[in-house]
This record gives sequence, C-alpha cells and structure tokens, in this order.
Amino acid sequence: MNLEFGRVTLFVLFMLIPIVGIALGVRAPALRSRLPLLVAFFAGTIPILAMYIPKNFLSGPQGMSSRLDQWLIIVAGFALLLGIVNVIQNGMRKVSRRESGWPFSVVLLTGLFVTGALGIYGAVSHQGIGFLPDGRSTPFKWIQDSMFLPLQATIFSLLAFFMASAAFRAFRARNLEATILLIAGGLVMAGRVPLLDLLAAPFPALHASAAAGTQTLGKLTEWIMDTPNGAAQSGIIIGAALGAASMAIRVILGIERGYLGLGGGE
Amino acid sequence: MRNGVLSRASARLPRFAAPLLASLLFLHPQTAVAIAPEVAPPPSPQIPAATLFTAKDRPGDSGGAVLLTWKDPPGLGPDARLEIRRAEPPSFEWTPLQLVKPGEERYVDESAKDGSVYRYEIRVVPQGATAQPDSLAAAPATGPPLVTEPVTSHDDWFRVDRTNSLIASILFLIILLASISVAKSGKHIFIRRIAGLNAVDEAIGRATEIGKKVMYIPGIQSMDEIQTIASIAILGHVARSTARYGTDLDVPNKDPLTFVSAREAVRGAYLAEGRPDLYREEMVNYVTYDQFAYTAAVSARMVRERPAAIFLIGYFFAESLILAEMGQSTGAIQIAGQADPTQLPFFIATCDYTLIGEELYAASAYLSREPVLLGSTRAQDIAKGILIVLGLLGIVVTSLGLSWFPDLFKTK
Repeated sequence: MNLEFGRVTLFVLFMLIPIVGIALGVRAPALRSRLPLLVAFFAGTIPILAMYIPKNFLSGPQGMSSRLDQWLIIVAGFALLLGIVNVIQNGMRKVSRRESGWPFSVVLLTGLFVTGALGIYGAVSHQGIGFLPDGRSTPFKWIQDSMFLPLQATIFSLLAFFMASAAFRAFRARNLEATILLIAGGLVMAGRVPLLDLLAAPFPALHASAAAGTQTLGKLTEWIMDTPNGAAQSGIIIGAALGAASMAIRVILGIERGYLGLGGGE
Repeated sequence: MRNGVLSRASARLPRFAAPLLASLLFLHPQTAVAIAPEVAPPPSPQIPAATLFTAKDRPGDSGGAVLLTWKDPPGLGPDARLEIRRAEPPSFEWTPLQLVKPGEERYVDESAKDGSVYRYEIRVVPQGATAQPDSLAAAPATGPPLVTEPVTSHDDWFRVDRTNSLIASILFLIILLASISVAKSGKHIFIRRIAGLNAVDEAIGRATEIGKKVMYIPGIQSMDEIQTIASIAILGHVARSTARYGTDLDVPNKDPLTFVSAREAVRGAYLAEGRPDLYREEMVNYVTYDQFAYTAAVSARMVRERPAAIFLIGYFFAESLILAEMGQSTGAIQIAGQADPTQLPFFIATCDYTLIGEELYAASAYLSREPVLLGSTRAQDIAKGILIVLGLLGIVVTSLGLSWFPDLFKTK
C-alpha cells in the first residue's frame, strides 16, 4: 500500500474527519451542520498552500491539490446520476399528471432511454459507441451525428440573429451615453470589415483612397478596443478579482454559507 | 576554470576507471570527480570555452529540474552553438542534452529525476555543428569542455517567485479580518446603492402580483467556479423572498454539482422562512450537461411558461445572449450578473439590470445586510483604493524611467 504523506493527509481530512463528524453529529445537529464548513475549509486551503509551497506531496502531479481536482470529477460523476434521476422523475411526473407540455417530456424520456440504451449496449457488446468493424457508424453515433449535432448547431446559429436584435436595441441614441456607444460601435464595425473597399469597388479612381481609409479605420478600431475598452475591462477585472478573493476567503472561513443552504452568514 | 581543469584531467584516466569513479560519485556526490566522455571529439585550442558554468537545483519548484548558468566566451559567432551534455547514473556516460544559441546563458534541464546525482558539461561547437561522441573521427573540433560539480534536484518549501503575491494575499487577509472586526463592533458601514440588487425584491414582487413564476439560472459552470458560488448565495436570498411571498420558483441547472448545491440552498431558504410546505423538489431541476441543449430547453421553458422575472446570475458563455434575448422577448423583468467582462455587453444590452464585476460578489452582503459580510465588502473597497494609489504611483514612477517598479507586481 502506498502510504505517502499527501495521500494519507487527504484520507484523514476528507474521509476520517467527516465520518467521525457524522457519527458525532447524530446526537449534535449543530456539529453536523458545521461539518461541511470544515470540509470547505480544507478543500479551499489546500490549493492556496499549493500556490506557494512547491513540495511534491502538495503541488506535484500526484500531490494533494491535483488529487482534489481529480476527486471533483468523481464527485461530479455521482452528482450527474442524481441529475439523471431528477430528469426521469420530473418527466414521469409531467406525463402521468398530463401537466402542460407533457408531450415534450415524452420526447425527452424517449431520447434519454433510447440513446442511453444504445450507449450501454455499445459498451456491453464491446462494439463501442463510435464505428462498427465494417466502418459504419454505430446507432449511438448515428443519433449523435444526424440528430444531436445539427440541433446543437441550429441553437448556436440563433446567436447571429439575436446579436443583431440586441445591437439594434443597444444602439438607439436615447441619451448621450447611448449616442457615444452608437458612434463607437459603428466605428468598430466599420473598421472590422472592408466596408470602404466594397463601396469603392465600382469606382477604380477611389480604390487608393478607400484602401487608405480602411487602414485608418482599422487603426481607430484598434485604439478604441485597446485603450478606452481595454481600460474599462481592466477596471472590471481588478474589481472582480478582489471580489472573488474576498468571496473565497469568506467561503474558506465559513462566513459565507449560503451555497450550503445554511443562510447568508453569521 | 577549476571545472574545466578537472574535466581535462579526468579525460586522461584509463577506461576502467569510469565505473569506479561512477560509484564514488554516487556515494559521495560532493567530492566525486567528473566522468570523462568515453569517446569525445578533440578539444581545439583555438575555440574558446564558456566560463562560470554552474548547475544547481532550480529554486522554488516541485523538483525534477536543474538550472544551468554560464557566461558565453567573447567573440562567439551567431552560428556557433553551446552543447550541453549530462552524465547520469548508473552508467555515468555523457549524453547530449541540448544545443543552445549564444546569448541565452541559461538552461533548465527538466528531465532530471529527484535524488539522482548529475554532472553537466558545456562546450562550444562552432558553426552549429553537433559533437557526436560516438563518431570521433567524423566529429568536428569543439571547444574545451567545462564540467559542473555534482548536483541533484529536489522539491522546495517555498516558491520564491511568488513572494509578492503572498505578501499581497496576507495584506488583503489582514484588511478583510480587520474590516469584519470593525463591522462586528456595530460601526455603520456604507455601501453604495446597487440598482440591480434593489430591483430583486421589485422583480419578485411583480411575479407575485402577476401570479407567475420566478426563473433563476445559476450559469453553466460547476461549483469550482467562484461566480457560481456567489450565484448560489444570491439564489438563497431570492428563494427566501419567493418563500416569503409564496411565489413559484424554477431553477434549471446544467451542471450536476451546481444542481445539488442549488437544491440545498433553496431547501434551506424555505426552511429558514418557515415555509417548508411551499418547497417542491421540482423547483430546482436538472436539465442536461450539454450547453446548447440546455439553452434550447430553458429558452423553450421561457416561451411556454412566461416567467415574470428571470435572473441570469453566474458564469455564462455563448448561451448568454440567446437566453437573455429569449427572456426579453417574453417581457420578463431580467436581472443579470457576471464578473467576467466577455458576456457583460450582451447582458447590458438585453437585461433590465446587470450586476457588473464585483457587484456580483457584493450581492450576498448587500441583500442580507449581515455585518460580517458587509465588513468583507468594505475590505474590497479598501483594497481597491490601495490598488488605485499603486496604479497612479506606477504611472508616475514609470514615467520617470524607473522600470523596477512594475517588476515588483509581476507574478509567475
């Protein structure tokens, strides 16, 4: 058995202490509610220590910090099972009670069970979920390629239309700020596409002027993006970083407990 | 030049001496002598040698690396190369490691194993030719070799290059704890009005009046993202309000861990408000792990169920605009919040209120008015004030030509 220091420490912090805490918490509910705070403290402190202490047991590839990241994936795997159970429960309830939109739940549950069954069959039969030995797609892959990916692309492509409608609303010059936004937005859009070149295309005499104008617009666009826009973004990022650090300390010290369903703070 | 002398002396040793010296080197690394190359191109007296060649464990790392430094000989042409070779246990034969261009004067051997004793050799190879130890006759002439003392790599206790970050973190922690202590003493702490957070009750009140649900979308990231944690804390406050007013709440989730945490937060909020009877498991529901399938499902739910208020608070990517525009088209009052500036323009263009950057993290304190949380928000403002002063100082100092000042704040 590999009893290296980091591994043993993780076992004590995240296995022994919680189990002992749960056992003691049977008689003391207050202790039971504090146990997650203790786990959060350890889970938050270890990566911070790993930032400054380069010892292998802490921040090496098989150190405590890396192992915690791996554990997150394992925990998320179990949580995903809870999610699937929740989807099935909600879908079944809607169908059985004939709630509004229940036919959609029938489609959802059919898709879930059929795709899941084909995936499990691929794993059990050692066929995999990619291609058959003769080069054809497995049914699982066919569903993914022919149904899932086109639907996914359809939703993503909506973005182009929504961007236009959002820009139309944002660029209405209702006040001074909106007017500045409109002008800056117009300049950036014009600088990112060869607009002048396109307009001057039928007039050969204007080609040189259009090329120079496009270059100037491009430089202006870069200036708008790098200087005023970059400065504003830096301000937001610095403020957000301080906020994130403050939030992290609050979580580690157990001051912020809302994410555990234990109320805002004490 | 001691190392070079050592190397040239050992080169004259008979072949059978190599294993013996190897064992000596392994047992007594501080006193061992370098092992000469078994076969090496002849050093040319015309080709200069590098100087001050040293090898040491790279400071402040997790091990597995040896730092080599040297000074290039004067008059080295741009086509010349410096060949670094390494002698390693158990055979202690020289093996080529790297050809380095003139001017670099630094190389990190990241293939070293912790605890193993190594020696390194450097020599000038003119016109970029590689010295081939196994083909003596064909090998070009090289400069005289220079050999380091034995060295081992190991992991260290402190990352020296992050000292500035550690000092800043400790200072921020002190400011935070001091601010919380002041807040606990009962002193009034002023926090500027945040329109987006004042509108939370207004949005829930409107949903209550209309008799429609409140939809809360906590982003699509997991609980390892601090914005998601902040979002779940805000969800707790929103859930308390919906419990108080008896308004329906819908929290669709993309990430399974966020789903579990959101469920605990909402359940806790309904219990805290003394309305566990109003809490239903399906209020916090899981949708799917796929980004656009989630977007499609939530958008469809918005269109079908027409929630009166929509909260989009957390970490969003490309789906931000699709969700916000869909919500806008249903006529719902929308409050968004994200700390990352990439999606903020979309929220600002489409939502009624937007929590920008740090406002997201201050929301929990602002809504709860807990003194301890307000104290931490005060600490953020103090730290921001210090950063503004340092920024202005940096502008002045750098304008005066003192380039060391920005270097103080660089981290690795």
